Amino acid sequence: MNDLLDAFPVEESDVDRLRGRLAAAAEAEGILDVAYRTVDTPVGPLLLAATEQGLVRVAYPNQGHDAVLQALADRISPRVLHAPARLDPVARQLDDYFAGRRRRFDVPLDWRLSTGFRSTVLHHLATDVDYGRTASYAALAALAGNPRAVRAVGTACATNPLPVVVPCHRVVRSDGAIGNYAGGVEANRTLLDLEAA
Amino acid sequence: MAEFGPTVLRVVRAVLGPADADDAWSETFLAALRAYPQLPAGANVEAWLVTIAHRKAVDVTRAAARHAVPVADPPETGAEADLPDLDLVAAVAALPPKQRQAVAYHYLTGLPYAEIAEILGGSADAARRAAADGIAALRRTIGANR
Repeated sequence: MNDLLDAFPVEESDVDRLRGRLAAAAEAEGILDVAYRTVDTPVGPLLLAATEQGLVRVAYPNQGHDAVLQALADRISPRVLHAPARLDPVARQLDDYFAGRRRRFDVPLDWRLSTGFRSTVLHHLATDVDYGRTASYAALAALAGNPRAVRAVGTACATNPLPVVVPCHRVVRSDGAIGNYAGGVEANRTLLDLEAA
Repeated sequence: MAEFGPTVLRVVRAVLGPADADDAWSETFLAALRAYPQLPAGANVEAWLVTIAHRKAVDVTRAAARHAVPVADPPETGAEADLPDLDLVAAVAALPPKQRQAVAYHYLTGLPYAEIAEILGGSADAARRAAADGIAALRRTIGANR
């Protein structure tokens, strides 16, 4: 009875439509814990994920979007749905940023994936290192209150859950060379060139 | 959970027909989202979803029975018109509920009869028999129409 599967075909568009309806219903009911979508950018398709508190994760394609979604399900909640609406504001701001029309992001951030000293480092980075500037790992360590923790700053940047929005691409080695960036050297170069233009 | 969206849609279409399938799918996944945090680690998510879909389908059927007069023959046009094999779809719709459910849950998802028995109640052998009877009935109907 292999014909049975053919007798009940399921179009991708039907499932997409139903998933959209489900996301809206789940959002209305307050059980959409993690909404996600992707956006196309000059540094590749970025995965964006948000809790009800705010943007919680930005991921490069080389980080494996499926693996990132699985990690969000494990660490935050298994209620993860493709639900673009919650991410429309940050998607628009990213478009503007990559078009050179925006110099800082103005969306609520959910910092829960970053704790302790790493979180301190990223908060300083988000507020103290402006568009078009760079800072060395050592300078950022000093800003975060622990000038000797240069390696820990490197780790904080490499594991930044919110790349682009929290600008780890502005952190470089003391000689100005690009360091260990989550999105790879190419992406880091693209962002620095964009901001230097 | 998202990966089972198409399978569950197939199942509710087979069990309920296309008109009620969308609502049953939506209610199944909303209920699953509500309950997901309580699902034990390592549970069979597909079997769990089909179980929820089964309950939703039973609810829909009961509600429909309260409100509507049964129609003797399944309609041959309208919502089902774009489905590729109307004979088979109509034959599935004409099966007794337990046979239709057993056939849908086994042949459209590949769940083993032990899991299907959990969903339908009764033994795995009874689920296997219901599916076998259903398939035999489908063969007869389709054979008679061709």
